[in-house]
Amino acid sequence: MAEQNKVILYGTWTRPYVKRVELALKVKGIPYEYVEEDLRNKSPMLLKLNPIHKKVPVLVHNGKAITESLVIIEYIDETWKTGPRLLPQDPYKRSQIRFWASYIQQVFEALVMVLKTIGEAQEKAIKEVSEKVKLLEAGLKGLFPDGIPSVDEYSKNVTLLDLVILANLGGYEAQEEVLGVKIIDSEKTPLIVSCITALIDLPAVKESRMPHEKVVAFLKFFRENALNSAAA
Amino acid sequence: MSQVTVLGAWPSPYVYRVIWALKLKGVDYEYVEEDVLHNKSDRLLKYNPVHKKVPVLVHAGKPIAESAVILEYIEETWPQNPLLPKDPHQRALARFWIKFGEDKSAALFGFFMTEGEQQEKATKEGQEQLRILEEQGLGEKMFFGGDEIGMADLEFGWLAWWLDVMSEIAGVKVIDAESFPRLHAWIQRFKDISAIKEPLPDRSAMLTYFKGRRATFLALAKS
Repeated sequence: MAEQNKVILYGTWTRPYVKRVELALKVKGIPYEYVEEDLRNKSPMLLKLNPIHKKVPVLVHNGKAITESLVIIEYIDETWKTGPRLLPQDPYKRSQIRFWASYIQQVFEALVMVLKTIGEAQEKAIKEVSEKVKLLEAGLKGLFPDGIPSVDEYSKNVTLLDLVILANLGGYEAQEEVLGVKIIDSEKTPLIVSCITALIDLPAVKESRMPHEKVVAFLKFFRENALNSAAA
Repeated sequence: MSQVTVLGAWPSPYVYRVIWALKLKGVDYEYVEEDVLHNKSDRLLKYNPVHKKVPVLVHAGKPIAESAVILEYIEETWPQNPLLPKDPHQRALARFWIKFGEDKSAALFGFFMTEGEQQEKATKEGQEQLRILEEQGLGEKMFFGGDEIGMADLEFGWLAWWLDVMSEIAGVKVIDAESFPRLHAWIQRFKDISAIKEPLPDRSAMLTYFKGRRATFLALAKS
C-alpha cells in the first residue's frame, strides 16, 4: 500500500467510540493498520495527532488526522465508495440516521451511569436509561417499520446508525451479567436486539467480536474502579 | 416548492443557526414561535418527541430536530452557497469544530450560570476553550469556513451577539479585542453579513430575557 493511501487507526479496545470506526473500516473492506493506545500512558504520536482532546479514536489517512468517531465515519463514507453506503442518499433518511446516532451517545452515557452507581443512585440511573432506550426503540420502529432486514440484505444496507448501535449497545448481555439487570432485551427492546443480532452475524463483524468473558471482565473492573473512586 | 417551517424561540442561538443557514441559501421559510419555557405546543411535542426542544425544521411535512443535524440537511437539500467545503478532510475539520462547540458548551456558558468564586473558575475554563478556538479553530482565517462563512461559523455565531449580552448581565468580561484579537475581528466580520445581521434579536429584549434566565439558574444552583 502506498504510504500516501495508508490508513492508520489509533484506538483502545475497550472504547466503543473506537469500535464504531473499526466496524466502519471492516464493513467497507478498507485495509488499515491498528495501533493500540494505553490511555493511562498516551503515546507522543497520539498527543501530536489529537492535541486538543488527546483521545481515541484518531484516523490517519494520507498523513492527515481526523478525530471524533462520527466525523471519522462520515469521512470514511465520503472517501471510499466501496462497500455499503454508511449514509443513504436521501437527505431526510440521512438526517434520521444522524439524529439517532447522536441520541445513542446519551443512551450510552446513561448506561455508563448505571455501571458506575449503586443503591438509590443506580435505581435512578436505571429509570433514566430505560426511558431513553424506550425512545430509541420507538425511533428504530419508525426507521424500520417492517422490522430488521435479513443478514444478507443487511450487509448491503448497513448504516452508520447500525454500527453505533453495535459498538455502544452490543455488550448488553455482558452488562446484564455484571449488573443483574435487564435494560436491553428481546422483550423490552426487540428491534435493538434484532439489529445487534443481525450485525454480529456479518463476516466483517464476526471476526473482530470480543469474547463475552473478556467484556464481562472489563465491565466488572470498570464498575469496581468507579465505585472505589466514588467512595474515596 | 415544498413548505419549510422553522419552530423556534427568539432568544435561542441554536435557532439562529438554522435561520442563518436558510437565509444564506435564499430559502423561504415560515417561522413559528414556541413558548418553550412555559407552554410547549402539541405541534412541538409531536415533531420533537425525544427532546421537546427547538429548533425543529419541518420540510414537506417531515420534521428534523437537533441544529447540527438540521444544518447538514439544509446543506444537502439546498446546495447553493455551500456551507461545507468539498474536500472530505476539510469537511471533517469543519465538523470537528462544530462538535467542539457542542461538547464545550457547558464550559463556554459556565460563567453565566455561576457567581463569586465559582464564576471566576468557570470564566477561566471558558476562556481556555475560547483560546483553543481562537488559535486553532480560527487561526489566520477570515472565517472558520475559510475565506467564506461556513457551518462552523454558524455554530459559533452566538459569540457575536449573545456573549456580549450575557457578559454584561453576568458582570464579567469574557473576551475583548486585546485578549482575543482574532475572535474579536471575526465577530465584526460575521455581524457585517446581512443574512446574519438582519434576523438578530433586539438587544434590550435580550437583556431583559437573559437577566431572568440568570436569576433562575442562580436560584436553582442554591436550592
